[in-house]
Amino acid sequence: MFRRLPEIETATAAQAVSFTIDGRPASARAGDSVTAALLANGVTACRTTAVSGAARGPYCMMGVCYDCLVTIDGTGNRQGCQVRVAPGMAVETQNGKREVER
Amino acid sequence: MSTPNPRFDFDIAVVGSGPAGLAAAALAASKGASVVLLDEQAEPGGQIYRAVTETPVRDRKVLGPDYWHGAELLGPLRDSGAVHWPGTIVWSVARPREDAGDGHRPIQIGLSRNGLAAMLTVRHVILATGALERPFPIPGWTLPGVLGAGAAQVLLKTSGLVPSGATVMAGSGPLLWLLAWQYLQAGARIDAILDTTPKENWRAALPLLPGFLRSPYWAKGMKLMLEVRRKLTVIGNVTALRAEGAIGGDSALKSVVYTRNGTEHRLPADTLLLHHGVIPNLNLANATGCAQRWDEQQRCWRPTTDDWGATSVEGVSLAGDGAGIGGARAAEEAGRLAALDALHRLGRIGREQRDQLATPFRAALDRALTGRAFLDTLYTPAEAFRAPADDTIVCRCEEITAGAVREAVRLGCSGPNQAKSFLRCGMGPCQGRLCGPTVTEVIAAERGVSPAEVGYYRLRPPVKPITLAELAALPKTDADIDAVFKH
Amino acid sequence: MTQPSRGGEYDVAVIGGGLVGSALAWGLARAGQKVAMLDEGDIAVRPSRGNFALVWVQGKGLGMPEYAGWTKKSSDDWSGFADLLREQTGLDVAYRRPGGFMPMLSEEDLQARANTMMRLHNQPDMIRYPYEVMDRETLRKELPFIGPDVVGGTYCPLDGHCNSLRLLRTLHKGIGLLGVDYRPNHRVERIEHRDGGFRMTTAGGEVRAGKIVLAAGHDSARLAPMVGLSAPVRPQRGHVIVTEKTAPFLHHPTVYVRQTDEGGVMIGDSFEEAGFDTTLQPGVSSAIAERAIRFFPLLGKLNVVRSWAALRVLTPDGFPIYEESKTAPGAFVATCHSGVTLAANHALTLAPLIAAGGLGDSFAPFSAGRFHVPQAA
Repeated sequence: MFRRLPEIETATAAQAVSFTIDGRPASARAGDSVTAALLANGVTACRTTAVSGAARGPYCMMGVCYDCLVTIDGTGNRQGCQVRVAPGMAVETQNGKREVER
Repeated sequence: MSTPNPRFDFDIAVVGSGPAGLAAAALAASKGASVVLLDEQAEPGGQIYRAVTETPVRDRKVLGPDYWHGAELLGPLRDSGAVHWPGTIVWSVARPREDAGDGHRPIQIGLSRNGLAAMLTVRHVILATGALERPFPIPGWTLPGVLGAGAAQVLLKTSGLVPSGATVMAGSGPLLWLLAWQYLQAGARIDAILDTTPKENWRAALPLLPGFLRSPYWAKGMKLMLEVRRKLTVIGNVTALRAEGAIGGDSALKSVVYTRNGTEHRLPADTLLLHHGVIPNLNLANATGCAQRWDEQQRCWRPTTDDWGATSVEGVSLAGDGAGIGGARAAEEAGRLAALDALHRLGRIGREQRDQLATPFRAALDRALTGRAFLDTLYTPAEAFRAPADDTIVCRCEEITAGAVREAVRLGCSGPNQAKSFLRCGMGPCQGRLCGPTVTEVIAAERGVSPAEVGYYRLRPPVKPITLAELAALPKTDADIDAVFKH
Repeated sequence: MTQPSRGGEYDVAVIGGGLVGSALAWGLARAGQKVAMLDEGDIAVRPSRGNFALVWVQGKGLGMPEYAGWTKKSSDDWSGFADLLREQTGLDVAYRRPGGFMPMLSEEDLQARANTMMRLHNQPDMIRYPYEVMDRETLRKELPFIGPDVVGGTYCPLDGHCNSLRLLRTLHKGIGLLGVDYRPNHRVERIEHRDGGFRMTTAGGEVRAGKIVLAAGHDSARLAPMVGLSAPVRPQRGHVIVTEKTAPFLHHPTVYVRQTDEGGVMIGDSFEEAGFDTTLQPGVSSAIAERAIRFFPLLGKLNVVRSWAALRVLTPDGFPIYEESKTAPGAFVATCHSGVTLAANHALTLAPLIAAGGLGDSFAPFSAGRFHVPQAA
């Protein structure tokens, strides 16, 4: 669970980015990674694993753990912590193995 | 007989834009070499100075003066003429076996930018790939809600996010105390800090204390730690930890159980931040073929370098925490030394000039490294956290437990590469970054030998995943094509 | 760091702990032999880790019909072999025999392949088995994701695949359960034939055995002459690429692309004479990737997680060597480059023969004498 520092919360309004999480409208700050945007919107688990189906969320925030994988604009297995959130972006939590067509 | 020089894209490529990379690129370019600075992030700073150009945390009191020093490295980079390519993944560094016929053996770098892979040819590479947090495997560490303390610090720096809800920090090491202090300045809630520093470490570290007292860190670090201890609940001598989800479920963290003096205690937790120090991020160096050695004092693997950062692979040097943990200020100076040595190896400056220019950097490096031995010794994690209980997942990607590794050793696996082929540990996308050290330590403990004897994973490119289509579009020689199609 | 050699003679010492060695050790132990398996350490060439995990029949044996027969037998026995391993160890090596394909990217290639198959099956004493030459339309019904460049291919219902790393692990678990003495870090430096048996000097001390089986991959070339055998093998490099785990979409193995039971897509391969150098060549990987995308365009989006270059163990004609030494009876050599396909034979047919005393005349075609290489004194 994470929250925005109050002074940044106010500043964020001016730089808000609208995007969707599993189809639901959400808002983040320009400059947020997709993973930070998910956490700011109360999403702690972003996927279930391809091996056992266990729930996972981000761990390292620096691109080395590969636990923050989400589907972004239809492409699966993207590291959310390495991609900046953009207006209109469709972010989806992903379950299990990637589909070969996504 | 002279032949034309091969075409190089740049004299020097620097990989990583943390303190070592920023300083190396700036110095080398300012002395006239053509330099490209490559980093996967969109903005420079590496991890220690992450988001220094754009952090929303404008109040300098929160992140502290050491962080803001990073901003001072940006001007010299800009003014130096070095080319900066952010958003660039380096997935391979290799030196072809044959030279181009003129005594030059260029170095080929595999890159990916904007979803397109390409090969870059340079004469020298300085790897400034930095560090990552030491894996901290405890039962339940894969639950959503458990993150590294470094990860939480990134969230603060890049997005001004702090934990809400019940928050527990656990582990040991300077970053843990720094983050706790930063949270205090920011007004974030921390319910407890579980200090796992083993009691025995104090005895071992005591003889090194005088050195530490001479260092630039001790006064700052002491002040910071005292404030944290005064204002937050700190529970010491924690010998075991586990993270638990909801009863019967595993979709998120719900509580943390710690052991102290043989007794277990449970704390509610929405967020658990783990930290046991940082270790070199050596995947790229390893895949490039750089020899590495086990450092008993830092209890980690580090690529072998001379005191200019040269590795066992000609034309490849390493600077900063990627070569061995020394901290941000040491990394800067090591970056400058590596740049000078590269300039010398490329024939741009003579040996005496290199040595003379190096003098102030060496002195600063020595000062920056003072006291590290004390910190390394004090903060070595206990064995229970380096070679955890059987039911602990050690390979997060393939979900392999410590118990499975121990069983493989009993079946005859003597090292991590055999264990990898038996169990798949190390085969996931993280390529051993989060399991390598643990697998080595588990095997070592089970065999009763030192980690040095057990060894480490042998890695290959791609060091970070690229798509099949990107790989397919790379240049191919006729020989490459024949090797595949003519049979 | 050497350990003292455990005392006592073994019935058989198997030299080499890869797929060939461990399948043989497993079979020998099941046949009641007291077995030691001598292996190198954690960092070794280990061709067994580099394979493509195919259990493949089609196309093999042009120039040696006995090899086609040997291969088909192993393929037919493979399912039973997998069952035995599962019953014994609880581990499933994921053997599947859905039939396999070799798709082609030009009419010329397809015709050449059809001709090769015809010549293969027209050989005297060639074993009969079904196969089909398919045009594009027929192929597409079986492999719906095939790309527009694919003109057709050959299919054989006997072809299959398994999880070869799990096979190696399962064999190691199985030999442990059978009481085989597995000795890593015991690289064999010298073998002497004396006192009716064999004495091996190894990195871990001396080992003595009544019989030995050389299954040491490339190192068999060095060891064979010590006991009057010949194993003229050379390394040949091949690149392999593996993608991230993907939901199942490719249910049949093909020669160049297969999806593992765990979801990753394995892509190969190449043939390079590069000695023992396993440095990755990005251009070769790139050519392999490009071809795979021509076969299955939707592979392009998948992330490559790992790639490696491994070394095949190749005899001059590519066919195995199975032989017992004439000057040092009791010394055997077993080398091949299809250690996965032939694992069932090694475990269930070859091992019992070695245990019982000899290979018999049917193995004459597999003798190294066919290379006209003089045997060492």
